[in-house]
Amino acid sequence: MPEDLINSYKTGPDENGRFGLFGGRFVSETLMPLILELERQYEHAKTDDSFWAEMHDLWTHYVGRPSPLYFAERLTKRCGGAKIYLKRDELNHTGAHKINNVMGQIILARRMGKTRIIAETGAGQHGVATATVCAKFGLKCVVYMGAHDVERQKPNVFRMKLLGAEVIPVTSGRGTLKDAMNDALRDWVTNVRDTFYCIGTVAGPHPYPAMVRDFQAIIGQEARAQMQEAEGRLPDTIIACIGGGSNAMGLFYPFLNDNDVRIIGVEAGGKGVNDRMEHCASLSGGRPGVLHGNRTYLLQDADGQILEGHSISAGLDYPGIGPEHAWLHDIGRAEYVAITDTEALAAFQVCCEEEGIIPALEPSHALAHVLKIAPELPADHIICMNMCGRGDKDIFTVAKALNFDIAGD
Amino acid sequence: MTRIDRKFAELAEAKRKAFVAYVMAGDPDYDTSLELIRGLPGAGVDVIELGMPFTDPMADGPTIQLAGQRALEAGQTLRKTLDMARAFRETDQTTPIVMMGYYNPIYNRGVDRFLEDAREAGIDGLIIVDLPPEEDAELCLPAQAAGLNFIRLATPTTDDARLPAVLNNTSGFVYYVSITGITGAAAPQASDVAPEVSRIKAATELPVIVGFGIRTPESARAIAGIADGAVVGSAIVKQIEEGRPVPEILDFVRGLADGAHAA
Ligand SMILES: Cc1ncc(COP(=O)(O)O)c(C=O)c1O
Repeated sequence: MPEDLINSYKTGPDENGRFGLFGGRFVSETLMPLILELERQYEHAKTDDSFWAEMHDLWTHYVGRPSPLYFAERLTKRCGGAKIYLKRDELNHTGAHKINNVMGQIILARRMGKTRIIAETGAGQHGVATATVCAKFGLKCVVYMGAHDVERQKPNVFRMKLLGAEVIPVTSGRGTLKDAMNDALRDWVTNVRDTFYCIGTVAGPHPYPAMVRDFQAIIGQEARAQMQEAEGRLPDTIIACIGGGSNAMGLFYPFLNDNDVRIIGVEAGGKGVNDRMEHCASLSGGRPGVLHGNRTYLLQDADGQILEGHSISAGLDYPGIGPEHAWLHDIGRAEYVAITDTEALAAFQVCCEEEGIIPALEPSHALAHVLKIAPELPADHIICMNMCGRGDKDIFTVAKALNFDIAGD
Repeated sequence: MTRIDRKFAELAEAKRKAFVAYVMAGDPDYDTSLELIRGLPGAGVDVIELGMPFTDPMADGPTIQLAGQRALEAGQTLRKTLDMARAFRETDQTTPIVMMGYYNPIYNRGVDRFLEDAREAGIDGLIIVDLPPEEDAELCLPAQAAGLNFIRLATPTTDDARLPAVLNNTSGFVYYVSITGITGAAAPQASDVAPEVSRIKAATELPVIVGFGIRTPESARAIAGIADGAVVGSAIVKQIEEGRPVPEILDFVRGLADGAHAA
C-alpha cells in the first residue's frame, strides 16, 4: 500500500472493532452488553495514569520486567550471518509472556468489581498466569482446558491446582483449545454478573484483540529501547511465533510504523501445510470466516465447519489467528510463514545446546525460522526474536518425540 | 407478508398461543430428520426452527452440541439442510420454517447466494445467534431485503437502553431467551419471566416467544400463558439422542404442543 494512503498502521481497530475486514463483535445477545461494558471500562482505564502506574509497579516487582534483550552469540556464530538477539520474555514470572496481559485484565476486573475469573488455556501457560494473578489477589479462578491438552501438559495442570484454580477438562468437540474457548464463553453467558472472562490471546470479540495487544505491547516497547541502547538503531527483522498471536502482536505493534523493519510471524506448520490440515497455519492454509466473536482466517472445510488442526505445541494449536494479524497479512505489512513440528524440535535442541536456554516449543518455531534465514543474511543485519516462553512444560513432549524415557516411576 | 407473519396473524385471530419446536437438521441422519420435521405440523407445531449444525455452537448446551456432532458425522451440510427444507415444502406450503444457527457456514457459502437458496427452498426466517444488532450489515439487512424475517434474541442482559437497538430491524417475532445461559439449562419460572415479557411487549408490536429450558407440557403451558408462545428444543433433541422412533418423538411433541395450546 502506498505510503501516502496510509500514514499509520497503529490506528486500528475502528469503533466497530474492525481491522479492515477483520475483527468485529460476533457474539450472542447475552454477551453483547458485557463486551460493551468491558470496552467502556477499558477505554477509561487506558487513559488513566493510575491504571498504568499499578501495571508497571506489578510488572516490575511481581513479573520481573523489563525482560532482558540478549545477544545470542553462539547462535549467531553457528548461523554465520545475521546478528541474533532474543527478547527474553521466558524469564517472566510463570515462564511466558502470558502474564503481561493477565496482569492488565485482572487489574481491570478488580476495578469492575468482578470476583470470579474464567480463562481458557491450551499449553496451560495462560491458565497458570491467570491462576497465579488470581491467587495474588484472592480471586476465584476457573480454567477451561481441552481434555487432550490436560493430558499433554500435566505439569501445568498441577501448577494451576496448586495455585488454587479449578481446572475443568473440556471434552466437547475434540477437546483442544478452541473447545476450551467455547466452554469458557458458555460459562460467561451463564454467569454474567460476577464473572470476568480473561482471554489469553489477541482473539475474541472487540475489545479483546486491541486490549490484549495493548497489554502485550510492553514487549515491543522495551525491545525498541533496548535495541537502541545495544546497537544504536532498530532491528532489521523482528520475528515471533503465532498461536492466537499475542506475543507476536506485542512485539510487532510498536514497530508497525517503522517501515524499514521487516516483520515475520511464524505459524505452526505441524506435519506440513497440506490438504489434510495437519497444521495450525491459519494464514498459510485457511480462509476468512467467523469464530469466537471475530472474523479472521480460519482452518475450515468446504461447508464452513471449523477444523482442529495439529501442532506438536499445544500453545499454537488454534484454528484461528488474531484479526489484526489477518489484516497485517492482507495489506502486506507483515509476512507469515509456517514451521513444521520437526523443524521446531530441531531448533529446540539447538537452543538448549548453543545458548543454555530451554525454550518452549512455541518460540522454537520462531527460532527455527531464524535459523533458516540468518545464514543468508549479512553480518550487519539484526534480527530480534521473541523468546516468549521457557520449555519446562514441554520436556515430556520433547522426550517422547525423541524416544527418551523420563517417566521415572 | 411471510408465512411467519401469516401464522401469527392466524393464531392471534384464534386467540391461540404458538408452539415452536426446534430440531437439528440431519440428526441423527438426513432421512430420519426429514421424516421427523414432516410430522411436526401434525403434532401441533406452529413454527419449525431448523437447526443448522456447526462445529462450535458457543451458545448451546451439551444436548444440542451433540446433536450437531451427530448430524455432521452423518454428512449434513448447509446445502443438505436447504434440500431438507425444499423436500418439506413439497407437502407443506404453510408451516413457517426458521433456520437457526451460527454465521460461519452462511458466510462461507456467501450471503447473497445463501439468501437466494434459502428463499427458493421455502425458508421464512433466520435466527443467527452470533449476529447481534452491531453486525446488522452482515446478514440482517440483506435478509430483510430478500424478504426473509430476521428474528432476534432478547435476553435478561438486554436492558432498557439497549432494547430499541435489538428490536430495530427485527421482524417475524422476538425470541426472548428466558435465562442467562446456554440451551438446555435450568427451566425458568413463569413468574420471573412475565415482567420481562411485558417490558418487551411494551416496546414492540411483534409477537414475543419465550424459550430456553422448557421441557414439560406443564412448563410449556405456564410460559406460553405469559407470552405469545413457547419454544422447546433440547427436550425434543434429547428424544432423538435416546434413539426413540419418530412416531414416539412426535407423541412427545404433541404433548408439549397441547400444553402450550392449553394456555
Ligand atoms: C510460550 C507460549 N508462546 C506462545 C503461545 C501462543 O500464544 P500467542 O500466539 O497468543 O502468543 C503460547 C500459548 O499458550 C505459549 O504458552
